[in-house]
Amino acid sequence: MPETVLQPALEVPEKSRMSPRSMLLWAVVALLGAVAWGVLALARGERISAVWLVVAALGSYAIAYRFYSRFLARRVLEPDDRRATPAERLEDGVDFHPTDKRVLLGHHFAAIAGAGPLVGPVLAAQMGYLPGTLWIVAGVIFAGAVQDMVVLFLSMRRDGTSLGQMARDEIGRAGGAAALVAVFAIMIILLGVLALVVVNALAHSPWGTFSVAMTIPIALFMGFWLHRIRPGRVVETSFIGVALLLMAIVGGSWVQNSSLASAFTLSPTTLVFCLVGYGFVASVLPVWMLLAPRDYLSTFMKIGTIALLAVGVVVAAPVLRADAVSDFATSGAGPVFAGSLFPFLFITIACGALSGFHALVSSGTTPKLIRKESQVRLIGYGAMLMESFVAIMALIAAATLEPGLYYAMNAPAGLLGTTVESASHAVAGLGFTITPDQLTQAAKAVEEQSLIARSGGAPTLAVGMSEIFSGVFGGTAMKAFWYHFAIMFEALFILTTVDAGTRVGRFMLQDMLGNVWKPVGRVNWKPGIWLCSGLVVAAWGYFLHSGATDPLGGINQLFPLFGIANQLLAAIALTVCTTVLVKSGKLRWAWVTGVPLAWVVAITFTAGWQKIFSADPRVGFFAQRFRYADGIDAGRVLAPARTPADMHTVVTNSTVDGVLIALFLLLVAVVIVNAGIVCVRAVRAPGRLPTTEAPYVESRLDVPERAGEGLVGVRP
Amino acid sequence: MTRALGAAVRRWARGVRWYLRELTGEAEYDRYRERQLHRHPLAPVPTRREYEVLRARHREAHPQGRCC
Repeated sequence: MPETVLQPALEVPEKSRMSPRSMLLWAVVALLGAVAWGVLALARGERISAVWLVVAALGSYAIAYRFYSRFLARRVLEPDDRRATPAERLEDGVDFHPTDKRVLLGHHFAAIAGAGPLVGPVLAAQMGYLPGTLWIVAGVIFAGAVQDMVVLFLSMRRDGTSLGQMARDEIGRAGGAAALVAVFAIMIILLGVLALVVVNALAHSPWGTFSVAMTIPIALFMGFWLHRIRPGRVVETSFIGVALLLMAIVGGSWVQNSSLASAFTLSPTTLVFCLVGYGFVASVLPVWMLLAPRDYLSTFMKIGTIALLAVGVVVAAPVLRADAVSDFATSGAGPVFAGSLFPFLFITIACGALSGFHALVSSGTTPKLIRKESQVRLIGYGAMLMESFVAIMALIAAATLEPGLYYAMNAPAGLLGTTVESASHAVAGLGFTITPDQLTQAAKAVEEQSLIARSGGAPTLAVGMSEIFSGVFGGTAMKAFWYHFAIMFEALFILTTVDAGTRVGRFMLQDMLGNVWKPVGRVNWKPGIWLCSGLVVAAWGYFLHSGATDPLGGINQLFPLFGIANQLLAAIALTVCTTVLVKSGKLRWAWVTGVPLAWVVAITFTAGWQKIFSADPRVGFFAQRFRYADGIDAGRVLAPARTPADMHTVVTNSTVDGVLIALFLLLVAVVIVNAGIVCVRAVRAPGRLPTTEAPYVESRLDVPERAGEGLVGVRP
Repeated sequence: MTRALGAAVRRWARGVRWYLRELTGEAEYDRYRERQLHRHPLAPVPTRREYEVLRARHREAHPQGRCC
């Protein structure tokens, strides 16, 4: 049916005015949010309750969802519920299936949210809680959620094609190829850094290592139960799994005090090899054995813990102890990550504000399950707002810690030394106070050997969460349990991401290498699978190992790389979005993704430039390289390196990191320039340039005016 | 009063059960069964066990990425 015939019918009868009641409601929401922001802005010197952060964020989300996402839907994307979605047109009961929007929201949220929004804000707390909060809230409203929603919509209109494919179709071959390589490289960095978070959380912690190790037999048991004994009974199996998991956490306390403790006290290097071995095995085993059950477990824990955290924050209403804006925001000399607020705050907090990785989830699985086009608003924009709220809660957990403890946990080991005295001294050097006795007490309260230099975000968040939770459930006696609970669930998320990511990476690699040598591309040729899995694991394992052994602190060195990589992926996604908007004659609205694109390009390229060219060896990778290379030539050992071998490690790592950033920037620049050419051509063209949107097919699902009509020859 | 409360609790529990079954994909088989019965009324419908094997095989070839 030609589209034009339908045009008159498409006029949605719209209510141009809000009812007085809803006007009043939204006025109250706006007022509450404004008051909360006011309190945050005006509080100087005195400590305020974290509830203000929650109210400010939730108020802003509500307004943004009600008004901005509605604007995006109505004016920019123009979803049409009379148009059949791919889920309806291509329904096969497997990949394509019209799904209830609440269920799909849960699916999508579980796929996008993980450890990312829990780690970044914790590290960014070194600049104070205010800059982080502002970026998380403003970033998600105007950039992150917009990206997710637009990518979801565009992919849905293209039968669920991937981001890489959309880049190739809409931008061109050079841009498409660059996007594909960038996606793969970025994923490797991401897996390496996330795994490093786990290593830092579990090193020398028998309790944590035991409970995380137990997730493997638990997942295997669930896998066999689901596959052999009670096929498909996922809900009951997941409940059994969660119960076993809680028992494993309790059991960890017992293991820690038994003779088994030494078997689970592992050094970072040993943990690296355990994780790499695990990653390889998990990616070649059948999915039903390990990956699928772990995924169920992770989903249950994710939704449960996040709900618990929200309740905890509101009920306990902790006081924010960190400064609103710390001195490190302007000086750029922070110990957790170097560099000034612009651009490094926006690099450090990626997930929760704007995460390019979501574009990979929003193009692929989710668009194939959408029932009605207008639901992209709830699923794309809404799920991202939820993730952003998780980031706000992580920031609160970090900001409620005593700043002295925060820096004792997050500064690099080279600075802090290994004893409570040296750490206390180093923290005093940073301008904060914590006594050796307080450090010992803090570690004892959560039953850890030491909390010094436990960077990576997970232990800090866990201490913050244990403070909040123990204030609501169980008191001080439960503190150690809550700490290890938090460590466990973060490690669980990350290991799920590592499992799934290694497998996705393996498929991408097989696909790429298959172009060169056919047999490798065959998905069921075992040697090809092993080879590609091994290559992927080795690639992220390299970064994991270099991070775990880096004398300058792996998180300090690698996290900026991770942030830049993630934001560059967002730049690619936003470029694709903007190009498609321009090509489909919506130049007027192209700023909706164009402005966030300009912003993300500004932050990533500034950060990348500084990382490559800065003369400050704390910021610039090459300046660092030359400093240590000169040291080697002069036969000196520069702190925090302790041996000449350390010096060589620093030189190698900073060279690799610097070259990688340069490569990423180059790839993204290729995509953007190619897209720019396409946009100019589209604007100058007399008609519209062709896009790959699937043709219009009329929907037969939930169409109000057709209800009861009964379609001839089609089963309902 | 108690009866109304009981009914509300039951309705709520049913809702939660429905949501969890849908979210985890446990309800997928029921839908598949219905679909097979409609489309191929004369063919035997695979059992739950057989369906799970098919589903696992499908997941094997279509890995789904998880974000950070």
